[in-house]
Amino acid sequence: MSAVAIVGVSKSFGSVPVLDDVSLEIRDGSTVSLLGPSGSGKSTLLRIVAGLERADSGGVLIDGVDVTARPAHDRGVGVVFQDQALFPHLDVGGNVAYGLRMAGVVRASRSGRVAEVLAAVGLPGYEARDPATLSGGEAQRVALARALAPSPRVVLLDEPLAALDQLLRERLLLELRSIFDALGVTVVAVTHDPTEAGALGQQVAVLLDGRIAQVDDPGEVLARPASAAVAGLVGHRNVAEGVVSADGYLSCAWGRFSLDDAPVVGQVAVLVRPDGVTPTDDGSLTGNVTGRVFRGGSAFAVVEGESWPALDMRADPAWRVGDAVRLSIDPSAVHVMAR
Amino acid sequence: MTGSRRLVTAAVFAAPLAFLAVFFAVPAGTLVLTGLRDGGTWDLGAVADVLTSSSTRRVAWFTLWQATVSTLATVVLALPAAWLLGRLRVPGRSLFSAVLVVPFVLPTVVVGTAFLAVLRPDGPLADLRQTATAVIVAHVFFNYAVVARTVGAAWLAIDPSTEEAARTLGASPWTAFRTVTLPQLRPALAGAASIVFLFTFTSFGVVKILGGPRIATIEVEIHRVTTELLDLRVAAVLSLLQLSAVVAALMLYRRAGVRRGSGAIRAGRSTLRRPRGAEWGVVGATVVSAGVLLGVPIGSLVWRSFDTADGLGLAYYRALDTVGRGSVAFVPPTEAIHNSLLFAFAAATTALVVGGLAAVGLHRLGRRARGFADSSLMLPLGTSAVTVGLGFLIALDEPPLDLRTSPILIPAAQAVIAIPFVVRTVLPALDAVPSRLRDAAASLGASPWRVWTSVDLRLLRRPALVAYGFAFAISLGEFGATVFIARADAPTVPVAIFRALGQPGAINVGQAMALSTILLVMTTLVMLVVDRVGDARVGGF
Repeated sequence: MSAVAIVGVSKSFGSVPVLDDVSLEIRDGSTVSLLGPSGSGKSTLLRIVAGLERADSGGVLIDGVDVTARPAHDRGVGVVFQDQALFPHLDVGGNVAYGLRMAGVVRASRSGRVAEVLAAVGLPGYEARDPATLSGGEAQRVALARALAPSPRVVLLDEPLAALDQLLRERLLLELRSIFDALGVTVVAVTHDPTEAGALGQQVAVLLDGRIAQVDDPGEVLARPASAAVAGLVGHRNVAEGVVSADGYLSCAWGRFSLDDAPVVGQVAVLVRPDGVTPTDDGSLTGNVTGRVFRGGSAFAVVEGESWPALDMRADPAWRVGDAVRLSIDPSAVHVMAR
Repeated sequence: MTGSRRLVTAAVFAAPLAFLAVFFAVPAGTLVLTGLRDGGTWDLGAVADVLTSSSTRRVAWFTLWQATVSTLATVVLALPAAWLLGRLRVPGRSLFSAVLVVPFVLPTVVVGTAFLAVLRPDGPLADLRQTATAVIVAHVFFNYAVVARTVGAAWLAIDPSTEEAARTLGASPWTAFRTVTLPQLRPALAGAASIVFLFTFTSFGVVKILGGPRIATIEVEIHRVTTELLDLRVAAVLSLLQLSAVVAALMLYRRAGVRRGSGAIRAGRSTLRRPRGAEWGVVGATVVSAGVLLGVPIGSLVWRSFDTADGLGLAYYRALDTVGRGSVAFVPPTEAIHNSLLFAFAAATTALVVGGLAAVGLHRLGRRARGFADSSLMLPLGTSAVTVGLGFLIALDEPPLDLRTSPILIPAAQAVIAIPFVVRTVLPALDAVPSRLRDAAASLGASPWRVWTSVDLRLLRRPALVAYGFAFAISLGEFGATVFIARADAPTVPVAIFRALGQPGAINVGQAMALSTILLVMTTLVMLVVDRVGDARVGGF
């Protein structure tokens, strides 16, 4: 049984449609990243699951129970907000104990649980600290501890790391992953960052213009995006238009490729994964290096030709901007998508 | 909004609406009817007579003229102080800021008496007695802090790098100020100027005490025709005239899209800098002129309260408990202190409950939907205190609302006047509670009621205390409404001061000075506590 089932949820703000018939199931104990650009409706969907917003139609099931009509305080769903939303009038201990207090846990048993959860997020002994004195990373952990303290079945994270700097983000990502694994809690994390989505979620659900565009494991979303828009969202640049003929050949600006199994015939979008573009002496594409960038410790180059759109690829360390190069494309790196 | 949410909002509004209906709408409405009807028939002829009479025109012209000059003078004189507060890091900056507020919270009667102390008949400035100049200077004294603090706060919120950018693009310091900083300050300037204009247009206590028999604003004239000529119709028409002028000014202010600085804007890092070169001269001049403007009247007042015929002494203070005993009309001023404290306690409590509920209701309506309700709640601010008092006098004296002898009359009137300030203090604080905190509480299992008690109410403690202190100070010093409705045998301190000033003899003037000093100390103490407690900005100032 799925821990969370979102069933046909639609929502408009005034005349602006935000979510259009969204359905998504999240397995018990798994983590799903909800990836989408700003304005895609992902935060609204999160708020609907939390009960902070009402769907116009459709509903939400938690552990198979329809909670659509239940208010937020009656759902047992923990939320970690983007800006943490720590209560400024309570110390860290008071913040973490808040949910326990609301659940009617007696004072004596609260402190034990608070200490336990604070230790789990790596902040043992922080009970008496004033939230205003916490660093960004500490505040984020306290927010997580607060959400986890009442042992919710489901935890929702809204852009959990957006406010943190790059280095802290990567460290916290790995820690969050291990905390969730250890607790076996079901997690939905909203993010606009494909790296974050991939690192956090066992599955990535891509939300575009209020619709679910793809649900897959992170590697699959990266390697085989469902559409040109998804490809763009996860950071692919080598995307162009193409035509698939009835006999299974793809023609595009980068050349003609034989496809093992052509899903469709006709107008398509084409993705060439950067790893499949290599410099070769007898390559069919001739162009010039127009830029070099570093991503994740590797050098990438942009190569442009006269008759074809620029290609993003791993750079040869010896290349300089302006160098003329010949390239070939490995057909197995070519992916055909809906336009 | 869902049905139940609407129901709760309506319930929250019920008490404030009922209170304002009985103690504001009924008195004001009766006043209007009194002005427009004669013996059961509509009579607009009298209205026309009053409005076209030369004395009305003279009073209206003077009111408009002195308000305009007072406002301009205040803005010009207080602007350097705003710059100092908004831009410079100088020793004693926060003390300067705190001291500036003292005049603003002083009762008008105390301000009037303080200037009388400066303009003593045997002193070098005696020529200024009963002149418009004295009134205008007192108005500047009174409102200096409004401009300095509001505009200063707005200045602080402006990123200095915008001005630096202009400088790097070739603008001289003055051009950079004129083209970049001034336009950003304009909303705060216009807001502060509107408030000062409103206060000075409806000025009563200061003009009543300093103006003498020849100088009168509409407010003072209303009081005069009521108490001296017993002409309620003229008073009602004048009230109407003033009310429409104020409403027109407020509408203009709203239409211009002027918003007072939200106060929510706080520079993340300090943008204050040390003054450079010639700027120290401006700082010195500002501090000295502010010191003279604010210090001389207060100093003179305190000095004269001790300066008896037999040298410095406590004679005037001792007389407070004895003089007047045995006389029918005169009550020992010490009793007035007792009355004032009692009334202020009742009025502030009422204002906090009624104004607090109103603020909660407005908050629940949401920013966009609250426009009309917001304006109606601010109406008592625009309606003058004298109008409120006069309205009480003529509306609440017969069944079913015969409250003439009721002890609740004075606190009720003072509460009506304090309520807009309570709303102005509590509402921004409520709006400033991040809605995420409420979401977080709800997601942690707090029901709407528990969200309210465990988040909103906890965060409102300080602003509520600030609002209470401010309402208390307003009630302590309230004069315009109280002077109409205070019973002869139960005056408040401001009324007692006013009466003492009206009696001949050094002992009475001395008593007025002593009582004013006591009221000065009481008000300052209240505001000191408020200042200690909260950083919330009082009444949005």
